[in-house]
Amino acid sequence: MKYMLLIYNNPALYQGWSDQERQALFADVGSIMAELQESGELVSDAALADPARTRTVRVRDGVTTTTDGPFAEAKEQFAGYLMIDCETPERAEEIAARWPDARYFAMEVRAVMHSSGTEM
Amino acid sequence: MSGETATEGLLRELAPQVLGSLVRRYGHFDECEDAVQEALLAAAVQWPASGMPGNPRGWLITVASRRMIDQWRGDQARRSREVSAFERAPDLRAVAPAADEDVAAPPDDDTLTLLLLCCHPDLPEPSRIALTLRAVGGLTTAEIARAFLLPEATIAQRITRAKQRLKDAGARFETPPSWSDEAIAAMLHVLYLIFNEGYTATSGDGLQRADLTSEAIRLARAVHRLLPDDGEAAGLLALMLLTEARHGARSRPDGTLVPLSEQDRSAWDAGAIAAGTELITRTMSAAPLGPYQLQAAIAAVHAEASRAGDTDWRQILALFQILERLTPTPVVRLNRAVATAMVHGPQAGLAELEPLDADPRTARHHRLAAVRAHLLEMAGQDAAAAACYQHAARLTTSLPERRYLEDRAARLATGRGGTAG
Repeated sequence: MKYMLLIYNNPALYQGWSDQERQALFADVGSIMAELQESGELVSDAALADPARTRTVRVRDGVTTTTDGPFAEAKEQFAGYLMIDCETPERAEEIAARWPDARYFAMEVRAVMHSSGTEM
Repeated sequence: MSGETATEGLLRELAPQVLGSLVRRYGHFDECEDAVQEALLAAAVQWPASGMPGNPRGWLITVASRRMIDQWRGDQARRSREVSAFERAPDLRAVAPAADEDVAAPPDDDTLTLLLLCCHPDLPEPSRIALTLRAVGGLTTAEIARAFLLPEATIAQRITRAKQRLKDAGARFETPPSWSDEAIAAMLHVLYLIFNEGYTATSGDGLQRADLTSEAIRLARAVHRLLPDDGEAAGLLALMLLTEARHGARSRPDGTLVPLSEQDRSAWDAGAIAAGTELITRTMSAAPLGPYQLQAAIAAVHAEASRAGDTDWRQILALFQILERLTPTPVVRLNRAVATAMVHGPQAGLAELEPLDADPRTARHHRLAAVRAHLLEMAGQDAAAAACYQHAARLTTSLPERRYLEDRAARLATGRGGTAG
């Protein structure tokens, strides 16, 4: 089963951190990524650039408007994702729980749709 | 084109024989497996271009042996202190056969021994599947990755890790005096999973996945040939044949699913049905009953009805009752409830679903909601059925199933009503 783990955080929190705290966080991330790569569970991943670079696009009545933001005023923002292929939903939740942002913000575990199907 | 296809088929046939032969001589399953992959790739490129060698198996064994020599020489040059591998292995230059040397027919058991090794209990299921397809099926990592819609690196890592685990577990390539039932059951389960992965693919997934179905059937045929007295090996092959027979009728060209009751039965593969039915009939009269045999028997009863209305549901219900005694899983109970409804009416089927609401394995499963919706529709409770179809549509992770369930719900909501059954 494929799951997408959505990472939510607020970069403002980490700005006040010491080098040591940041290193510890990177080490946590590194060890989970290494484990997922080694186990053959990692499908893909991406980290998103700071919300400062976000542009929002809307089309209304055929007219496209593009605005800056939303910026960091939101408490939690979508910061990146891990796509994994693992055996059980419990395993997906276990990985999410170990991702450091889960301790301060939240991780969302979303099942990914597939195009296999059984006739009923 | 046909030359390439012929080469491909022959390579897949020879893959486990060549690997078995190498491991038998040199040990070191993991290194042999890499060497055989390289030899298969070399053959896939060279044979169609410059013609097939007189002794294809001998050619592959020679090329794979040379790859191992090169690899070990490289290792030796880098780390001459590591002599243990050389002490254990005979000198490859002395034993590697020449290309034209007639290699004795391989013991058939090699395929079985390799399958059991690839399905070792220490390996997680996804690794068993990937390793089986590569080491026994002769598929490349890229082909397996395409079939499973995963990146090549992910599959490569699963194979590497599986081989490392086998090494760590001290798993050996050897023919035990008799196979344990558990080992055979685990191997059959892997073949079943490979088949299902291919069978449930819809047109949107492309043709690569359909290859998994034929690969699973090919391996199941080999296992049945090697274990002719194993009822479950025969049952699994029959189940695959009878299920695959419906392939052309189970989905429309746009990928939407057609339920069993609405399939064009003239599009079913009569030859596969005859072969599967003959096999399961013969097996059930000779071997102790098992779950694959019962599932194949149920598929055979469906297959013998030329119209959905002619289906012998009493016989299907009886088979489900035996199956449930053997494997009392929620999925079996769910399917039995459908048979009960067809024999004793929808209310009797709905009553059988009730205990499943309390079972954490099925409470949030879309199949429970889908079956309930179907039975409510049979009972003429359209509004409740539509709500259940919608609920099932939200729970499934399959796009074609979601579409099917939403269509059923919409049909009931607009009052055009479905004809159930």
